[in-house]
Amino acid sequence: MRINLRKMHDNQAGTIASVKVAGELGRRLRDMGLVPGTEIKIQGRAPLYDPVALRVMGATLTLRNNEADYIEVEIE
Amino acid sequence: MAPTVALAGNPNSGKTTLFNELTGSRQHVGNYPGVTVEKKEGTYVRDGFRLHIVDLPGTYSLTAYSLEEVVTRDFLVNQKPEVVINIVDASNLERNLYLAIQFLEMGIPICIALNMIDVAKKRGIKVNAQKLSSLLGVPVTPTVARSGRGKKELMDSASQIAQGHRQFTPLKISYGADIDPVLSEMEKEIAGRHFLTDTYQARWIALKYLESDEQIISKGQKANPDLSSRLKEMVRKVSHHLLNTLDTYPEAMIADQRYGYIKSILKQGVIHHKYDRNRLYSSDRIDKVLTNRFVGPLIMLAVIAGLYHFTFTYSKLPVGWLERFFGWLGSSLSAVLPAGMLKSLIVSGIIDGVGGVLGFVPLIMFMFFGIAILEDSGYLARVAFMLDRVFRIFGLHGSSVMAFIVSGGIAGGCAVPGVMATRTLKSPRERLATLLTVPFMNCGAKLPVFALLIATFFAKYEAAIMFLITLGAWAGALLVAKLLRVTVIKGAPTPFVMELPPYRMPTFKGLAIHTWERTWQYIKKAGTVILGLSIVLWAMMTFPGLPDSKIQEFETLRQAETSRVPVAIAAELKAAREGAGLSGPASSLKEKLQRIDAAEAEAGLRNSIAGRIGGALESVSKWAGFDWRTNIALVGGFAAKEVVVSTLGTAYSLGELDPEETGSLSETLARDPGWSPLMAVGLIVFTMFYSPCFVSVICISRESGSWKWGVFAMAFNTVLAFVLAVLIFQIGSAFGL
Repeated sequence: MRINLRKMHDNQAGTIASVKVAGELGRRLRDMGLVPGTEIKIQGRAPLYDPVALRVMGATLTLRNNEADYIEVEIE
Repeated sequence: MAPTVALAGNPNSGKTTLFNELTGSRQHVGNYPGVTVEKKEGTYVRDGFRLHIVDLPGTYSLTAYSLEEVVTRDFLVNQKPEVVINIVDASNLERNLYLAIQFLEMGIPICIALNMIDVAKKRGIKVNAQKLSSLLGVPVTPTVARSGRGKKELMDSASQIAQGHRQFTPLKISYGADIDPVLSEMEKEIAGRHFLTDTYQARWIALKYLESDEQIISKGQKANPDLSSRLKEMVRKVSHHLLNTLDTYPEAMIADQRYGYIKSILKQGVIHHKYDRNRLYSSDRIDKVLTNRFVGPLIMLAVIAGLYHFTFTYSKLPVGWLERFFGWLGSSLSAVLPAGMLKSLIVSGIIDGVGGVLGFVPLIMFMFFGIAILEDSGYLARVAFMLDRVFRIFGLHGSSVMAFIVSGGIAGGCAVPGVMATRTLKSPRERLATLLTVPFMNCGAKLPVFALLIATFFAKYEAAIMFLITLGAWAGALLVAKLLRVTVIKGAPTPFVMELPPYRMPTFKGLAIHTWERTWQYIKKAGTVILGLSIVLWAMMTFPGLPDSKIQEFETLRQAETSRVPVAIAAELKAAREGAGLSGPASSLKEKLQRIDAAEAEAGLRNSIAGRIGGALESVSKWAGFDWRTNIALVGGFAAKEVVVSTLGTAYSLGELDPEETGSLSETLARDPGWSPLMAVGLIVFTMFYSPCFVSVICISRESGSWKWGVFAMAFNTVLAFVLAVLIFQIGSAFGL
């Protein structure tokens, strides 16, 4: 099943299916390894529920919810 | 000349640690030409051979996305270092190799430092360096930068490459069936017409066109507009095709293929994970507490308050030493030098000016030491993570908070270290908005002004008013930041996407180097300009001085007073030393003479350039209820905000006042019919928001890379403050307050 990254709950894991954004943000996401096929896991959210922290390739990344909106994740 | 070795790598890969390990104290910090990105250079010496080491900014990629990336790329193509050492984090190999692949695509001579191999091992990650080396075709050396392990082997392979023993050809990887044919077609066109090829490789230029790289495309547009348009047309076609068939963009496709290439390499037995990759490490367990929804913010408050306390409490001692030293220097020179302009220039202009600059040094050192601990340990990234939601509303970044706090977000800070603290912010627009608004915070120098006015007019509500002033400063700063972000610094928020690096114990060496280089930059850059400006300000408050006839008048008054008492009394006063007890008549004479001196000082100030400006401004400032005395004091406050109080003292003929001892001024203001509580409120608000002191203005100019922003801060803030003060005074007067 495919869902938006924003909708994933804490500790949920999945594989990135698509990243649909061009320009600066798109580049930045790809530089950090957020490309289709990458496995991610939600590590937690900031006290105000935004930004979100992800586990990606053994490292922890954070992004704002409105940036996460461009990422679709395939989950089991 | 020694061969140049450039260090490149992702942020948090241990690049700076390696740089410090290689160069030790033989390093210096400057800026890349025209930008505010720091350039660190140093020398590595071993067994008689020397290498010139350049620490490039930390980057994840070689697009033209950020200033750091552009700087890195320009350095590589223009300076052509003999070898680039690419530091990769072994515990995070897959993502770190993304940069390495881009170096290989450029055909740059590189060797790889497989850093933090110890951390990787602890995490159950085994990397086969030899296998990786043979697959990538470049030397790979396992290192631990913190302990210096592998340093010798790494430098051996770097110097071999530097001597030209190895050939490097650009890596050609497949970017998929859609891109590859277009890429080779473009490459042919570019090579055939020598389009930018004296600087870049043809295939790489084509690749950058496909990635819609702004820097390369604008260069191409200048070099050969025809060909550039043709290339762009080819890119447009393939983009269109990719969007229709695969719903993606060429640059996304290229990135995917690069990661695919990395995966295919790692799969060939390069890396072995003993545990699940998403296993939680001790760092993550710490995060469970430190970024916890309830405990996290509380700990953060404590840490921020701690940093503040550390900076401003512990620096008091050295600040006091410096103040005493310059006080001593001033008074001993006063005793030696003959009275006159030269003495006034040296004591009031130069020594006070230099003392003012150096007085900030302990503050800056302590602040940077504290921030370096937070930064190097990884906690600063967590602060940004937790506070981003709040600061984003105002067009700022989570990391902005440090600069605000240091500047006086907790009343009593200082905008100079605050402005410099914005260096930890990597988003250019957010950083500029932060450094333009931190001077609104209530720095320690504004406090004597507030204290004076509160004690005079609102003595009963002291605590409540101070609290309101603090809130007002925050509200003002955040709202102005928002205003700037939708007007002069408008633009989409810089993507927040960042790494939360694992917690690490900072090394003392790293902290010391970090602190010292930033402090030294402040002394070097700000020092010279500030010295010049403080002389200008001194001249404004001193010249043209009173005409001789006026001076004579005061002298006659003095003589009249002296002749009115018996000669013995005058002689007693003359012979008495500072602080010695005087008889009744002698001390009454002393008081009278002091009053005349003060009146002369007032007349002199009124007649000075600053005084004339203050007088001329009265026609405008009366809208806010300020008379010429207040105006002069505010002009003086541009030198340093606490000068407002001492200048008011002079303007009210009270002589030089110690900003901490203002009882007499307070009484004078309370009696003066020109003053009212309403005007005091207006003046408090004006002092909060008007032009930053000139040390801050210079720091703002330096940090933003342009005098334009320093001038902007002066003009905009003063206009804003004036409008607020006028509103308060006029509306208040209308209500009969």
